[in-house]
Amino acid sequence: MKAIPVVDPKDCPKALVPLFRDTVAAGFPSPAEDYIERQLDFNELMISNPAATFVLRAEGLSMIESGISDGSYLVVDRSHTAQHRNIVIAALDGEYVVKQLQTTPGFALKSMNGEYADVIPTSEQEIEIFGVVTWVVRPMV
Amino acid sequence: MKDATAFNDGTGCEVNKPQLSCIALVDIDSAYASMERVFRPDLGDRGIAILSNNDGAVVAANKAAKALGIRTGTPHFKVKDIIEKHRIALFSSNYALYGDLSNRVMMAIESMVPAYCQYSIDEAFLDLSGIERVEPLELFGRRLKQRIWDWTRLPVKVGIAPTKTLAKVASYGAKKYPATGNVVDLSQRDRQRKLMALMDVGEIWGVGSRLRWQLNELNVHTALDLADQRPKDMRRYFSVNMERTVRELNGEQCFPLDDSSAQKQQIVVSRSFGERVTEFDEMFGAVTNYTVRAAEKLRSQGGTAQLFTLFIRTSPFSADPQYSKSVTTRLPWPTDDTRAFLARARTLLESIWRPGYRYAKAGVMLGEIAPLKQNQADLFQGDERPAGNPLLGLIDRMNKKGLDIRFAAQAGPAGKMKQARLSPHYTTRFSDVPIAKIK
Repeated sequence: MKAIPVVDPKDCPKALVPLFRDTVAAGFPSPAEDYIERQLDFNELMISNPAATFVLRAEGLSMIESGISDGSYLVVDRSHTAQHRNIVIAALDGEYVVKQLQTTPGFALKSMNGEYADVIPTSEQEIEIFGVVTWVVRPMV
Repeated sequence: MKDATAFNDGTGCEVNKPQLSCIALVDIDSAYASMERVFRPDLGDRGIAILSNNDGAVVAANKAAKALGIRTGTPHFKVKDIIEKHRIALFSSNYALYGDLSNRVMMAIESMVPAYCQYSIDEAFLDLSGIERVEPLELFGRRLKQRIWDWTRLPVKVGIAPTKTLAKVASYGAKKYPATGNVVDLSQRDRQRKLMALMDVGEIWGVGSRLRWQLNELNVHTALDLADQRPKDMRRYFSVNMERTVRELNGEQCFPLDDSSAQKQQIVVSRSFGERVTEFDEMFGAVTNYTVRAAEKLRSQGGTAQLFTLFIRTSPFSADPQYSKSVTTRLPWPTDDTRAFLARARTLLESIWRPGYRYAKAGVMLGEIAPLKQNQADLFQGDERPAGNPLLGLIDRMNKKGLDIRFAAQAGPAGKMKQARLSPHYTTRFSDVPIAKIK
């Protein structure tokens, strides 16, 4: 297997180089060969800060409109500043829970599940937000 | 070790490298315990202790556990009672988790400084050159600490000073005095001296208990006492390293940020077996695994080794008949090639193996470590490239990505550790990711 330089790398320092290429022993090279790009990488789409991004799994019943269901993978970016209406992971009573953040008119963690009430912290109560859910991944079949 | 050191002007200090204006030491507070806490908000302020490979002894504990009497190095069975009585959370070491979180901390550091050098799994030295022109260093330290917390949920200490040894002093202050908020800037001489006067000389980086005792004999008790010694005397009484330490305590950089002399002089990979080993093949499988791991470590620090040692032993704590033996061979040239070590492993093991014993531990050691020189390979023709073989680098990278490429002699599950209290691989396996309840 031998890579044939198409352009001098010095002239084109940013040229994409395919990781693998076919060995063509005989016949015509594929016409697509010069157009090889990398494959789609979901990390690129869903993770902008790998150092601060964690994956969690949702458990429990939720309201349908949230898009999160039992077993969904949650991509959580801790470096993302939590804003009004973001879905967040909060530490409540020693466990991580999925809630929706409300900052106006007052601070509240809105329930994502009809069986639970919203959490409105008292003035001396401190609630830790673990991070903001930036993507939800779940199988559809 | 010829090339390991760049100090050659006779004073022990480096001459040709430009001096950095300031250095910071960042280290993760009670690293392993804090890492176990990241996905366990229920642990709160509880004491946390971590056991060594094979759950043998306590290797780490947080402040709360230490306050209850847990000491690192103590065998597990000796602290069982305290652990149960005080509900201390106990974990087997989870290096997959610690390694991943450590990388994240390093990435956060990298996002804020021009250069840094990781010193251990929970420490890094940072080059703060130029930052003092933009903002006060202490403020920078606090922002860095905050960012690491924001990104990773890990608490760190930050010590800032003109040299690495003084940065260690600053870090000591950050730990000792909570009022500092775990960030101490020692760029000013008077502050350095004030803190050193309060610090036992044994706390200085590189001064172990034996040196401390010898220094005490010379009436050197505090860090400041040591700083006020004449460097030349210290070289005469002790070593060039002690001279460098004294110079560093006085603000003169002797240990460069990326210190190749800090490269490990020896790599040891050894384990106690979960169950006693009595068969040669099983032992050979284990030894092969350790050899592969040791060679990987060697390559990851960009080194070559020439001494290869193998040892096996029974348990000194059991009533079994005792046997312990090691053997060392010197390879014809320095290498980082796993296969060169493996080719010798069987003969070495055969030379020390005695049947009929119940072996409890085995290990390999690589010695005479030197930095890899690329051109070395060109001196040799033929198939056996002594070092720097790209194939091995490729295997390392693929194994790091989760593939499991093994050498023919390497054992499968043999030599598995006892890890009864292992936490999930939260960040490296989809099956283990933490749960968030929908509420």
